[in-house]
Amino acid sequence: MNWLHTTFILAAAYLAVFVEASWNLPRAILGAQIDVLPALMVYTALTNDIWVIAALAIGGGLCFDAVSANPLGISILPLFAIGFVIDGARELLLRESRHAQFMLGAAACALQPLATLFLMLNLGSAPLLNWHTLWQWLVMIVGGALATPLLFAMFDKLHQSFDYQPATQSSFRPDREIKRGRL
Amino acid sequence: MLKKPNLIVVILVALVVVVLFHLPGQTVGRFKLAISGLFLPLFGLAGSSHEATAQVRGALVSRRQLVEEAEELKRQNDQLQIRLQQEQATERENARLRAAFAWAHSTRWQLKLSRVIARDPSNWWRAIQIDLGRRDGMRPNLPVLTSAGLVGKISGVGETRSQVVLLGDPSLRVAAKIPASGETGVILSSSSAPQENNMVDLGYLTGNSGVTPGQKVQTWGGGGVFPEGIPIGQIVDVRTTEYGLSKEARVQLSANLNSLDEVWVMMP
Repeated sequence: MNWLHTTFILAAAYLAVFVEASWNLPRAILGAQIDVLPALMVYTALTNDIWVIAALAIGGGLCFDAVSANPLGISILPLFAIGFVIDGARELLLRESRHAQFMLGAAACALQPLATLFLMLNLGSAPLLNWHTLWQWLVMIVGGALATPLLFAMFDKLHQSFDYQPATQSSFRPDREIKRGRL
Repeated sequence: MLKKPNLIVVILVALVVVVLFHLPGQTVGRFKLAISGLFLPLFGLAGSSHEATAQVRGALVSRRQLVEEAEELKRQNDQLQIRLQQEQATERENARLRAAFAWAHSTRWQLKLSRVIARDPSNWWRAIQIDLGRRDGMRPNLPVLTSAGLVGKISGVGETRSQVVLLGDPSLRVAAKIPASGETGVILSSSSAPQENNMVDLGYLTGNSGVTPGQKVQTWGGGGVFPEGIPIGQIVDVRTTEYGLSKEARVQLSANLNSLDEVWVMMP
């Protein structure tokens, strides 16, 4: 299942970038595009090892930057840093709790654009920044936070569909069977 | 202390990032185009489904509506034919006068239609990708417009697609003119709310400028990228900056940047 799971995650990142690049409705209504990659990274960091986290950071970051005017590779470090920190604290986090998923998604979606902008400004790029950027940041946080539990639910369903289910054990034990005679 | 596999992965990721940041610009451009090429099947699929939806919608339109639309188009066509004849007469007169004064001939705009295939997913750039590339004669800095007005210019060119930087992006500045007053300024990135995606700022106007809301703005022609006379938009409001030394106006763009499906590229 591991390789299949990794493939699903990378395919989800690929589809997420495609949808963000071609679906303009959030931008037209809310004035900001929602980025699902940090939410996907939260799921990956809580369920997979460090190699899958690195694969998602590099693959997802490269795909995002390739269709964007961002400098190539700028999204990799923030995504990886989020995954790395969550991976380190995995034992302390309540992965099953929807509330925890929401909060982690919000934190990841808040930090990822900040870190990307910080890197970009340090590299000499001049992105479009004004007071309205705060509104866009807020939309990204709320959108990403809402997307995180949905991603968990979606991948859990995929798990159920493709993974081996644990064998159910019957409570019947032959040695405890009451032998009944004819009378 | 980091575990050994974690340390290896951290070093690997850092190495990838450092290498990417130090690649020469041309290699980065090629690399970007190669990676974004992975999305071409999906963009093609999205385009086909869009066309299929349009065809289904077309099949459902009633015959009566089509006849009415055809008659309306015929009327418009007749009007345009008459206007064209007038324009041709004016053009001949213009050419004759230019010849008399030995002025250079103005050339007609050569336009090429292209489809918008993607938008920049990040919120801090305004850019789109179109389905024309180097093989179609695209090259950087060609103006991009719709029938309503200027949209932006080509910033990067691949073999089969190009990136267009839109008006309002921090990297695009356009020399603009207000024909009513003859004043000039520069179209800058927008200071308006992101929901007002069709707004840009017109800066570097003089402090005693008589710019008023409602006036039209068009390209000035200076700088050599955009020819003179492409409509940009209309002034919405004006404010004073630099303690009254200069003015800045907000401009509502003529072209709707939110619903760009097809754009025209102005060929040299």
